[in-house]
Amino acid sequence: MSTTPDPQRETGDAVGPTTDGALAPTAPATPAAAGGPTDRRWSNAVREIVGGSWAVSAGAVILALIAGSIMIVATDETVRGTAAYFFTRPTDMLSAAWEAIRDAYVALFRGAVWDYKADTFAEGIRPITVSLNYATPLIGAGLGLAVGFRAGLFNIGGQGQIIFAAIGAGWIGFAVDMPWPLHMLVAIVAGIAAGALWAGIAGVLKAFTGAHEVITTIMLNNIAYYLLFFMLATPGLLQAPGSANPKTPAMAESAEMPRLLGEAFPLHAGFLLALGAVAVTWWLLERSRLGFAFRAVGENPDAARVAGIDVSRVTIYVMLVSGGLIGVAGVSQVLGHSTTGFSVDVDAGIGFDAITVALLGRSSPIGVLGAGVLFGAFKAGGAQMQAAEAIPIEIVTVIQSLIVLFIAAPPLVRAIFRLPAPGSASKASRRSNKEVAA
Amino acid sequence: MSATTAPAPSERPVSEQLRHVAVVSKKFAVVLTAMTGVLLAICLLAAREGDTNFRFSSPGDLITIPAVTVPGMTVAWIAVVLMAGLAVLSWVLWRAGRRTPWYIAAVFGVLFLAGFLAWAGAGSASDFPVVRLISSSVLLAVPIVFGALGGAIGERAGVVNIAIEGQLLASAFVAAVVGTMTGSPWAGLVAALLAGALVGLVLGAFTITYRVNQVIVGVVLNVLVLGLTSFVYSQVLVPQADLYNSTTLFPKVAVPLLAHIPIVGPALFDQSVIVYLMYVTVPTVWFAMYRTRWGLRLRAVGEHPLAADTVGIKVERVRYRALMVAGAIVGMGGAYYTLVSVSSFGKNMTAGAGFIALAAVIFGKWDPIKATLAALLFGFASALEGGMSVVGSPVPSQFMLMLPYVVTLLAVAGLVGRSRAPAASGVAYVKE
Repeated sequence: MSTTPDPQRETGDAVGPTTDGALAPTAPATPAAAGGPTDRRWSNAVREIVGGSWAVSAGAVILALIAGSIMIVATDETVRGTAAYFFTRPTDMLSAAWEAIRDAYVALFRGAVWDYKADTFAEGIRPITVSLNYATPLIGAGLGLAVGFRAGLFNIGGQGQIIFAAIGAGWIGFAVDMPWPLHMLVAIVAGIAAGALWAGIAGVLKAFTGAHEVITTIMLNNIAYYLLFFMLATPGLLQAPGSANPKTPAMAESAEMPRLLGEAFPLHAGFLLALGAVAVTWWLLERSRLGFAFRAVGENPDAARVAGIDVSRVTIYVMLVSGGLIGVAGVSQVLGHSTTGFSVDVDAGIGFDAITVALLGRSSPIGVLGAGVLFGAFKAGGAQMQAAEAIPIEIVTVIQSLIVLFIAAPPLVRAIFRLPAPGSASKASRRSNKEVAA
Repeated sequence: MSATTAPAPSERPVSEQLRHVAVVSKKFAVVLTAMTGVLLAICLLAAREGDTNFRFSSPGDLITIPAVTVPGMTVAWIAVVLMAGLAVLSWVLWRAGRRTPWYIAAVFGVLFLAGFLAWAGAGSASDFPVVRLISSSVLLAVPIVFGALGGAIGERAGVVNIAIEGQLLASAFVAAVVGTMTGSPWAGLVAALLAGALVGLVLGAFTITYRVNQVIVGVVLNVLVLGLTSFVYSQVLVPQADLYNSTTLFPKVAVPLLAHIPIVGPALFDQSVIVYLMYVTVPTVWFAMYRTRWGLRLRAVGEHPLAADTVGIKVERVRYRALMVAGAIVGMGGAYYTLVSVSSFGKNMTAGAGFIALAAVIFGKWDPIKATLAALLFGFASALEGGMSVVGSPVPSQFMLMLPYVVTLLAVAGLVGRSRAPAASGVAYVKE
């Protein structure tokens, strides 16, 4: 990228008012003239994510749950015991298998949605608030990934950006003294800004040296991890005073996000923040000029450049926005989810889970909201499954990744469920593939 | 921005203009200057007293080389001055529109290292173990080298393989289980090759047959393998560890004569069979890629599948085979974890080595030899932490642990220079 002479440099500011109206109808229709393979790959990815039908999504979920059942059965002690004499009394094994699957998914449901065995109504609905609590950071981080996908950038740096957001928000949260609403707001803003800055490094590197963001964000993840580790192990930085543990002090009460439904339910104001982020992201992508530039660059960077968009600058902006949204996840982790201070595992795998959330949500803000809630429910239910049925929570990871894998391959799901192939859509995608190959 | 010669607007046709533009990036000079600045700052801000001892042999060696003692700060300052000279040279070359040759970077790297180690070890009572540094560099690099070889083959055939991490983890897992159940590390190794190839096959099925985006499939496969192995690990391997998860390790085999070479001998030629396999695999992959019909077809399919198809090469078949061969090679790296390093599988034990391998592929410009060198560089950066802790270095260990990633970042952003991926890498081929 860096070696290509860039005619855009001379004209300076890119997304100027002149391009605003004229660009809209022409840019997406501009044929791909000289796009590099990388650029085409990303725009194809976006098309694959955004296109496709909801029937395929439902089919994918069902397939993934079936695969999960097979795993449960295959590793269940009773089932393996009864399998030894399968041919003499097959019903034993079949009923054991059925019970294992039923118990597992019942536990999943009771942990994620509605605990029908609870004594009081409040305890009954508690699981769904737990699910929404888990969904909060997934929505935020998923939005960050989605913005990147729409602009053709793959931000794997969720872990590092969450860590930096946690450092920013957490430091303000415990080290500064301010009254309640102000303190919380300043901490939120600081966290989002820290996440955005950390992602911005990858954006700047991509824009000016062409370094691939997949590599740089992974490296930045590890660098952030060890930086946080260092800060937590060094008295005077983030380590709680008078403690030898690598953990920060608890957040000041004035910085905490209030619980929305009272102390009995874990759902906190971070969920509202995430909902707000969904709205802002939708507006940004669908209604704003900047978002239009994002999408134009994602569809075809060369066409966008010809149309007068400064691709380098947009790349940096995309990473800033993406990191800021992922910062929402980090902020809600330290100010809402667990306010007793954080340690090196503050990310809790959210940065990587967010990739699957964004893919499942087809990179649309509303889709990410739905996918985030679904995966939050899986997380809450998985914990219940582990506690009640001793099924390792990793099964949730498997189910989630299978869902995304199946959704990404609609022909496979359609073949299995004999769903009709949408003729026009597949023809269009075939045509675009031909262009790519030619 | 990074180009010295911007194309002047003129009447000539665009194609001709592009042909005559010589672009030399100043990234190189910037990075050299920055690294000089880092060492200068270290010397200025944290001067240290005393001498540094470098030990070049272990007690049992046939030929012993005496330890070398140098005055720490003096050596560090000499290194800073020489590095500054090279940085200036790089700027001069840039002004003259010439690229900085690679050997200047190599000399610069050695200088930086010598200066840094002299500074870090100054005044320490213990010797700096050079032999151990070399051997642990190689050992830490083994899975990354195999991963990078596999990644390079895949991309040369036109399939981006982000699932290297998943292949490493899957084969480490299978090697542990099969190795324990059969009691033979060789059976474990064979199973690991098959496991790597199987992940490659799944990657191929989704990217080649179903034409799903390659990066998405790679990422998801990583998550899937992580979930599956962790699930079975918690559910089966932990409760019955002696049945499924305690392997017999490959023994160390010393190569006669070679193992007695001073300094490098014990480090390189007193190792287990997988390390020797690596010495064989690297040149073999190079030869296969550049000197055989298979390699020519592989590269043709990755650069211009339509042209390859036109002359009768079965694009999809070549890609499938390449992915499976690549998967088997990555599988050797995975087997290293559970058949050489430690005798049991652990949850997520590869810990991101596959992503480092991916970076090595790009850093090595999709060439097996260069990718191997890049992997060795990362191994060295990781090994440095162990060496530093021996001499009780003043740098916090977290920063040393960070080093491989910082080196990768600098390498990918600054030193790679002009790198070009295989033209059709990442693009599914649709036959007309």
